[in-house]
Amino acid sequence: MLATAVIVFRETLEAALVVSIIMAASYGVVHRGLWVWSGVAAGALGACVVALFAGAITTAVEGIGQELLNASILILAVLMLGWHSVWMAHHGRELAREMGEVGHAVAAGHQPLYALAIAAGMALLREGSETVLFLYGIASSGDGGLMHLLVGGLLGGAAGVIFGLLLYRGLLIIPMRHLFAVTNVMILLLTAGLAAQAAGFLVQADLIPSLGGPVWDTSHVLSEDSLVGKVLHSLIGYQSRPEGIQVLCYAIVLSTLTLLTFLTGSRTKTR
Amino acid sequence: MPNFRSLVRLFAAAGAAIWLLGASMPSANAQESYTLTIHDDRFEPASLDVKAGTKFKLVVKNARKVAAEFESHDINREKVIPAGRSVTINVGPLKAGSYAIFDDFHKSTKGHIVAK
Repeated sequence: MLATAVIVFRETLEAALVVSIIMAASYGVVHRGLWVWSGVAAGALGACVVALFAGAITTAVEGIGQELLNASILILAVLMLGWHSVWMAHHGRELAREMGEVGHAVAAGHQPLYALAIAAGMALLREGSETVLFLYGIASSGDGGLMHLLVGGLLGGAAGVIFGLLLYRGLLIIPMRHLFAVTNVMILLLTAGLAAQAAGFLVQADLIPSLGGPVWDTSHVLSEDSLVGKVLHSLIGYQSRPEGIQVLCYAIVLSTLTLLTFLTGSRTKTR
Repeated sequence: MPNFRSLVRLFAAAGAAIWLLGASMPSANAQESYTLTIHDDRFEPASLDVKAGTKFKLVVKNARKVAAEFESHDINREKVIPAGRSVTINVGPLKAGSYAIFDDFHKSTKGHIVAK
């Protein structure tokens, strides 16, 4: 039962952290809850569908269906978060001013909430489908499986959500006029990390070259299996033994988005 | 302000560039293939010998009655395997050494890939 809880916790944690950053990044925006939670619900529903068709997906496209699906989910999330970053850079100054003055931002109401909703949905879809498959296995294993599923699943899921809540509450301690500056950086790092993960799946599918690897090996210093390693993996894309192309994709996405946000930001300033 | 479309184009161009890079590289046609089976409590073989320095295909069969997830941080791979199915995973090239593998859905099921 503890093993069940631990596995569900690890799967829930990643999605919970992503949703927390997204909720903090859209703090004070009207209807953001409706959008983000709709994305979460749709992602969870989609996860059940993916789990249901796991067999078909696995054999699809000459056996690389799973890799292609995971890479697509991650790339869509990268595009949505990237678009949000650029939008925020464009409107950043007015947002910070309004947040400082009245504690919430009127301009923030025009944030591309659909982009955040889709990104949240993708996080749920990716982590959720594995959780559903795993729990289905527990439930069908007979010996008191259902009880295991309920208690282990609920405990693990709740622990993951609590971590997410802690991150969210922690972010909200940041003074309002600096909040978006912090969440912008967090989203940049998160996006680069997701891009590196997507590259990993494409290498596994043998569609792109790995360009050598591992570039470094920090598995003895900080294992991805440890809680800290797992959290850092979720937040900034930490990997203990990344392939060359993963580091390259991380650098490309991070520098491109940083450059784009810097360019749009400075153009707004001079206007 | 760069619009959404230009962002998509940028990523598409980057993706295409990486793809071309991959396509232009010589691919090993005759790759070695190794088979690994996940049983209820163990990998078979528990330690799989593979050739170092070359890409290979790893066929993992899930003999459990429930889904498994083949995973390894050491070789950077993860793949869900529905009950009774087998999947192919592209691995390597690996430097000589021992690499830990596990079933992420059943953490006590562990094994090794040894590249020689």
